[in-house]
Amino acid sequence: MAQDQRYTKEHEWVRVEGDLAIVGITDYAAHQLGDIVFVELPEIGRVLTQFAAVGVVESVKAVSDLFAPISGEVVETNAELAARPELVNGDPFGQGWMLRIRIADKSQVDGLLDQAAYEQLTREG
Amino acid sequence: MAYGPHTSQDRAAMLQAIGIASVDELFADIPAALRASELRLPPPESEAELADRLRHLAERNRVDLVSFLGAGAYRHFVPAVVDQLLLRGEFYTAYTPYQPEISQGTLQTIYEYQSMMGEMTGMDVVSASHYDGATATAEGALMTCRATHRERVLVSRGVHPHYRQTLCTYFGGADRVADEIPLVADGPAAGTTDLAALERMLADPDRPVAGVVVANPSFLGLLEPMAQAGRLAHAAGALFVSVVEPVSLAVLAAPASYGAEIACGEGQPLGIPLAYGGPYLGILACREALVRQIPGRLVGMTTDVDGRRAFVMTLRAREQDIRREKASSNICTNQALCALAASIYMASIGPHGLRDVAALGAARAAELERALAEAGAPRLHPGPYLNEFAVRVPNAPEVHRRLLARGVLAGLALAEAEPDDPSLADALLVCATEVTTADEIEVFAWALRDEIEQGRQLSLPGLADRGGGRAAGHPAGSGGRVESGPGAEAAGGRGRHATGGAR
Repeated sequence: MAQDQRYTKEHEWVRVEGDLAIVGITDYAAHQLGDIVFVELPEIGRVLTQFAAVGVVESVKAVSDLFAPISGEVVETNAELAARPELVNGDPFGQGWMLRIRIADKSQVDGLLDQAAYEQLTREG
Repeated sequence: MAYGPHTSQDRAAMLQAIGIASVDELFADIPAALRASELRLPPPESEAELADRLRHLAERNRVDLVSFLGAGAYRHFVPAVVDQLLLRGEFYTAYTPYQPEISQGTLQTIYEYQSMMGEMTGMDVVSASHYDGATATAEGALMTCRATHRERVLVSRGVHPHYRQTLCTYFGGADRVADEIPLVADGPAAGTTDLAALERMLADPDRPVAGVVVANPSFLGLLEPMAQAGRLAHAAGALFVSVVEPVSLAVLAAPASYGAEIACGEGQPLGIPLAYGGPYLGILACREALVRQIPGRLVGMTTDVDGRRAFVMTLRAREQDIRREKASSNICTNQALCALAASIYMASIGPHGLRDVAALGAARAAELERALAEAGAPRLHPGPYLNEFAVRVPNAPEVHRRLLARGVLAGLALAEAEPDDPSLADALLVCATEVTTADEIEVFAWALRDEIEQGRQLSLPGLADRGGGRAAGHPAGSGGRVESGPGAEAAGGRGRHATGGAR
């Protein structure tokens, strides 16, 4: 896990690239869910509100909401996941990325959990 | 693990484990006034007494009627093989195949059902079935809302009134809107869905439409302009839902061929008895793109760890027991036995046989139309039909009752089905199938002619006002009309000896 990553309590991760944020779910979440079979992502152009449920991650045994870690407009979604949802299990922080959002408010990113806080959360979880 | 019923010791141990004193405590959340007390049943009877009681109850059913009733459920011949196979213990009492390891037979029959309905509708995905045609239609309409993120659906008045009511019930609960598309009032397209009105309704920019629902054949038996309706729907970004009658799919275009994304309908005509209204079979099918929106069970084919073919319930995470409130529907079951009956029927009758069933019904219906027109009851609408149509009969509800007393079930009095439509007040919806005989048509036509004549003679209230229909229906050039009055009763009687009947 990269040091510049931030996390939500719902196990999404965020990395900032200029004025864009890349979003996915953590390996902890992927492991909890099991083999992921389907990812439903918001359409490009949709404006997300922080912490709203914006998509769905479906595994063989469960379905979990995807929450927007920050507010902003969706500018890109990972098209690979339609054919290869298993990328989320295999490479959750890399090829398993889900969204690119144009950041509406940079302070929202700072307000998320940092590495240490997230590790604490998963230890307690 | 013992599989017998719980003993009192078992119960005591369970109560202790969860820390309550009695089972009643588990129902504490239910208000006392609503809790069931005891079941006050009559004393037990021997099997013979009980069979006798049930037989007397069953005898209250009229099974002696010459029936021309359709309106959503149809008489067809069901080969004996259907019932014989249904009675097999493995099928008759099998429950939901949650464990594929011990349910391969059940799963395979559902897979076959889905495959056959897929062929009939031209759709990629078919659910394992729903309660009946009405609920399947409501679910189909809801699918369009979820898929398009729009909240408004347009439903043709040509869709069965019960289906429309059910759809509104579903929509009311979901805070969505279902608006009715009117039917054309007159002209060559009278009685069919008004495409101009549909286009206007689709054009409202503030109220985008998720789906357009049209039935083919319609409730009134008419063939609808499905391809045009589909095009209009798509032009407005809406999905097209086709409500179909499965036997008709043997001769009419499949929904997929005219652009429908979703097909739904009632599977009763496929080997399921009329049974006074149920259990029936809800058919729901869709294109691949909507596979995650379709509710209900889906059975798929795969391989097991040894590479052998195996069947499983698939895409389970769509379903209510996993998604809970986020599921597409609260549905968590299917009409397995009815779907099996339909599958056996389709397999035994085959595609050619099914086409014969549909074609024979259409031929009989044409004979029926001629006979009824000669009897004084012409068709209400000019457009093409398959095997069901409406005829104009003065004072139709009263005539229907009188015919029933004479042993003829003269279809459905449309005034009762569509009380809000004055144009249907003096009309009967009648149908013929491959089991309708020429004799039955003759009996109906003769009795109807007699009733219309008597009505004329007795000048029933308001009859003097009903000029148009009667004049148009007056049989021209039909030789040997029975004279009205007492002579008719003596000379007539039913069936064979009546003159002026259908030939």
